[in-house]
Amino acid sequence: MTATLSRSTFTGLRCKECGQGYEATARHVCEDVCFGPLEVVYDYEAIRARVSRATIEAGPVSIWRYREFLPIEGDPIDVGTGFTPLLRANRLAKRLGLKELHIKNDGVNMPTLSFKDRVVSVALTRARELGFTTVSCASTGNLANSTAAIAAHAGLECCVFIPSDLELGKVLGTLVYNPTLMAVKGNYDQVNRLCSEVANTHGWGFVNINLRPYYSEGSKTLGYEVIEQLGWRLPDHIVAPLASGSLYTKIRKGFDEFIKVGLVEEKPVRFSGAQAEGCMPIAQAFADGRDFIIPVKPNTIAKSIAIGNPADGPYAIDIANRTGGTISAVSDDEIIEGIKLLAETEGIFTETAGGTTIAVLKKLVEQGKIDPSETTVAYITGNGLKTTEAIASSIGEPFLIEAQLDSFNAAWERSQSLHRTSTERVD
Amino acid sequence: MAVQVLIPTPLQKFTNDEASVSLDASSVDALLQALDGRFPGILGRLCDENGKLRRFLNVYVNSEDIRFLDNQTTALADGDEVSIVPAVAGG
Repeated sequence: MTATLSRSTFTGLRCKECGQGYEATARHVCEDVCFGPLEVVYDYEAIRARVSRATIEAGPVSIWRYREFLPIEGDPIDVGTGFTPLLRANRLAKRLGLKELHIKNDGVNMPTLSFKDRVVSVALTRARELGFTTVSCASTGNLANSTAAIAAHAGLECCVFIPSDLELGKVLGTLVYNPTLMAVKGNYDQVNRLCSEVANTHGWGFVNINLRPYYSEGSKTLGYEVIEQLGWRLPDHIVAPLASGSLYTKIRKGFDEFIKVGLVEEKPVRFSGAQAEGCMPIAQAFADGRDFIIPVKPNTIAKSIAIGNPADGPYAIDIANRTGGTISAVSDDEIIEGIKLLAETEGIFTETAGGTTIAVLKKLVEQGKIDPSETTVAYITGNGLKTTEAIASSIGEPFLIEAQLDSFNAAWERSQSLHRTSTERVD
Repeated sequence: MAVQVLIPTPLQKFTNDEASVSLDASSVDALLQALDGRFPGILGRLCDENGKLRRFLNVYVNSEDIRFLDNQTTALADGDEVSIVPAVAGG
């Protein structure tokens, strides 16, 4: 054990609010003082001594190339998660009027096509180290997919909880791994409350509850990868979706850590965040100039980010304010247009959360809140094939034809006239 | 007016490991005071120095977040269930 322990670079947990220290066990709140969230503490001198650009580049093509920055002791569960494409999005940039736009495409993350594979790979690795044999989560869909899949791979028992009104793709994409799936009659915040109560009484590892400090660290890799894939430099501006606010704050932490250990040169990066108007507690607090969240009851097609009581909301607002970013919201119609815009210009089919991000990106450019000369990165966190219901009535239909040339020619002519009137071409 | 209170794991050290306790109280504020009467010191964990619930704690009455009700002045009735839940991450 000593040999593996010496590989770990984290030293314990600490309250993000009051600084109280705790051992690195399965716990997530500052129970001795203030109930603030706990965060992992690292020995950055040890990391700096071990890690260089070269050691990272020589590592596995997954999040585990950054293992010194992740809170595990032994061998990771490596299912190929991470190192997803960072695409130079020239056609979308031109459409929006930006000079340099990149899309970080976690819609093709492994194994379940969302950024959640990052956090779950870390959480389940740590769960196994802490001796859990059953893992669980409260989920808006993507987290359930990922927890069920990676638990199957690791041979862990799995019981996950979702709101009962989720998209079919997300339900099937969980059930296929044969976990126990609880569809709760209520919204995500109610599911979360129930899970907290279950966590009190069952000895399970809940990835987003008692394993949250480890889980959330997985999102930092979205910061590291963008730096590395930009050629070891920081962007000027990022836009990411906001649900609980955890992802957004951990991208910032990822940037800060690479600066701290000397892997990238420091410079200002503006952080902007995207919410749906039907669930915009963070955007509303930002607009009102508040530093606290007033919860809402979600009503939007963007179900994966429909969290009415976002735990990391206050931290997200702080980052947006400190970095000169904006947190903004868009309507469900704009979200659908965002999905279509990304698909038509870049060949990326994202889910509703990604549509939200693209729609907010567009809005911020139009409002002058993103400078056209800024190197901008938009984070796409999930795959559109999981939420086909959302766009089914908005993307037209195939031409149904006979297997005859005449039938094709007639339909082709019809399609060309439709095309001329409905689309503006971008080359 | 007996109200059932669900105690989260981190606070059960105050309640002799009981996950659920029964108390008499007519409002959330009164309940917090009653809890502290039974389990001295617990109030200091739940509330800040001004008596306001800490911002990373959520309190529900019969599954409804009290911020959708009357916050700490929310009235309680016989048989109500109150749940205290520390904030969790999402999604």
